Amino acid sequence: METTEKQLKVSAIKNGTVLDHIPSGELFRVIEILGLSHSTTPVTFGVNLDSKSMGTKGIIKISERFFRDDELNTIALIAPNTSVNIIRNFEVVEKKILTIPETVTGIAKCANPMCITNHQDVKTKFRTITKNGKTRLLCHYCEKTTECKNLKIVTYSL
Amino acid sequence: MPKSLISIQDFTKEEILHILDVAEEFEKNKSQTFLSDKVIACIFFEPSTRTRLSFETASNRLGARVIGFSDAANTSVRKGESLKDTIKMVSNYADLIVMRHPIEGSARYASEVASVPVINAGDGANQHPTQTLLDLYTIRQTQGRLDKIDINMVGDLKYGRTVHSLLQAMSHFSPTFTFTSPQELMMPKEYKEFLDEKGIPYKETSDLTQHLDTTDILYMTRIQQERFTDPMEYDKVKNVYSLNSSMLANVKPNMKILHPLPRLQEIAEDVDDTPHAYYFKQAENGMYVRMAIISYLLGKR
Repeated sequence: METTEKQLKVSAIKNGTVLDHIPSGELFRVIEILGLSHSTTPVTFGVNLDSKSMGTKGIIKISERFFRDDELNTIALIAPNTSVNIIRNFEVVEKKILTIPETVTGIAKCANPMCITNHQDVKTKFRTITKNGKTRLLCHYCEKTTECKNLKIVTYSL
Repeated sequence: MPKSLISIQDFTKEEILHILDVAEEFEKNKSQTFLSDKVIACIFFEPSTRTRLSFETASNRLGARVIGFSDAANTSVRKGESLKDTIKMVSNYADLIVMRHPIEGSARYASEVASVPVINAGDGANQHPTQTLLDLYTIRQTQGRLDKIDINMVGDLKYGRTVHSLLQAMSHFSPTFTFTSPQELMMPKEYKEFLDEKGIPYKETSDLTQHLDTTDILYMTRIQQERFTDPMEYDKVKNVYSLNSSMLANVKPNMKILHPLPRLQEIAEDVDDTPHAYYFKQAENGMYVRMAIISYLLGKR
């Protein structure tokens, strides 16, 4: 059965968060947005997996981590159709629908090379503008817009 | 956080009109020294003649004393001091900060760090709101009103911050726009979308003579070499427009030519002697408008 095969590809978790139906090309940016490279609990992921609705998809399973809604909603900037499942004792106990946040602080990098946030130690801050299904970020500082499809993630040094 | 002027969008229509009325008062009575207990810091991280001199003159005419620098080269910035630290320090000395800086968004950031009002005197290609207010003042002075003006913007409409801010500010007053520019320097899409949303009509052309005769305000701009990364691109467009007096034969009698200055060859000197030239008076108006802005932000008008 197909579902069993999928579960074999990325093994099930007991407790935690599962992000499914991520476009394959966006999987690594989702990992970046959530800062999963610094995770101390097990994270498993798969990319270019077969998907009936999407052709291929990515999936991320994070054990023993439950995110705040505002953390999850930042994923909507690049992968708005991601499904979020909260797992407890191997069961899906909650499904969350992502909404594009009104403001984005300190995650995205401003695309304007002349912006102050790219020159001094200033946390980025944006207002989101969604038009015709496309989301852009309006920089609070330089007042220029960054297309979400070109979005770069601010990497913090720990 | 004290009230600052960073972007023209920070001021409501009522505040804009208030500033213009106060500026009128200062034009009638140029020296009113009610700020004699104030110190104003003019910190210029990028060269400027007109803006800095007019701010310093405006401060002096209000009786305030001025501290500051006109070039970051001789300051601690050269030692690597952050903008935040510079602003924190200056905030402790002065009652108001006037700042020009080449980096976009630096003024907004400074206003968040400062404990006193900040006036943005230009942050790179982003905003220059005091220029916009003096443009509005001059338009009202020459036309007797701000409503329903036909404005023809000419030159670098892509990088020119003054035209972008003026467009936003005029959107309060039901204008009609003509955008005259070479193909490479057309008005960016986001500003045209802004006008579409507000239902404000505009025409686009690359021919300077096409709409001259229906124009009330001809807003000329310089093609700014410093905004080009490619010198070839600059060479292609730098001499594209040159207005001379023979082109003014059939313009409306009330038509006035504005220019944020410095001008290069885009306005021939023979235009200076026509009744349509108004750019030097416009520069003078900058002083009254800046007096009004300083007084307003310090809570005195």
